[in-house]
Amino acid sequence: MTPHMWTWIAIVAAGVLAWLTKVAGHTVPERIVQDPRVHRIAAFVTVALLISLSAVQTFTTGARLTVDSRLVAIAVAALLLWRRAPFLVVVVAAAATAAGLRALGWG
Amino acid sequence: MARLRLDPTRQQALSVSVATGAYGLSFGALSVAAGLDVWQTMALSLLVFSGGSQFAFVGVLGAGGSAAAAVATSTFLGVRNGFYGVALADVLRPVRGIRLAWGAQVTIDESTAVALAQPHDDPEARRAGFWWTGVGVFVLWNAITVLGALLGERIGDPADWGLDAAAGAAFLGLVWPRLASRRAQAVAGISAVVALALTPVLPAGVPILVAALVGVLAGWRPSAPTEVPE
Repeated sequence: MTPHMWTWIAIVAAGVLAWLTKVAGHTVPERIVQDPRVHRIAAFVTVALLISLSAVQTFTTGARLTVDSRLVAIAVAALLLWRRAPFLVVVVAAAATAAGLRALGWG
Repeated sequence: MARLRLDPTRQQALSVSVATGAYGLSFGALSVAAGLDVWQTMALSLLVFSGGSQFAFVGVLGAGGSAAAAVATSTFLGVRNGFYGVALADVLRPVRGIRLAWGAQVTIDESTAVALAQPHDDPEARRAGFWWTGVGVFVLWNAITVLGALLGERIGDPADWGLDAAAGAAFLGLVWPRLASRRAQAVAGISAVVALALTPVLPAGVPILVAALVGVLAGWRPSAPTEVPE
């Protein structure tokens, strides 16, 4: 089997597992979902995952911790969110900030 | 004169779809750069349809990891989508058959966040937020992935366009409305520190899963309903 074929097998396997994971969440019995503890955990886990993704996207490069133009970009995003700016404005401003700083030669 | 006006929920859904879909450009480009062909890149976006998992998948292969390692990392990083299904139960239940199959496929960070960002007492808005965002991101993410894969290295480094910073800002924007309570703020601060502290020592994707345990611990203890982010 060629590496190319293995990659195809891996893609299909990853796709099936991703879908089964999603279906599993939707088909958890209602009595479990109604449990206040499960409800709280799902809510707080969502916060933890989203903020962790944001932090990792902003402060890491591969396995290294890094401080670069993304720090300024995320600060701009936070400021705009605090000022209740629309979501797309926040995202575009962050990208423009990072792109601008890099064009000027910083990180 | 008739004007096309979308309600705030659908505006938010489309904004998120465009912002997230645009990031598909960098996924397409990075996937081809990692050695996958255009068809494989398209298949990943169609089948896996979870940005974090897809980046992890091509990241592992691009770094010389095995196919099995790529599948494992991608799946680990997709576990959170299972939690989202649980969180969405009130929004979509009852869901079965083709709606379950399709709804599950579009259960991702963005569709969940937009659905749950709508008022708790407005189930119609929550459902609209989920489907408009899920389908919107699916269509744009897949279309723009193809574009990125075809353009490949010709668009240069996605970082030059600030796309990496846009991803961080998008996740921050999605979690922002849920940070009203002290406990949610504490969870956010601690889990971010945990994820960053573990990044240098654990394989890609695993630090985020460990950080999720902070959420489990925070939810385990009873709390006033107002403390729980909706």
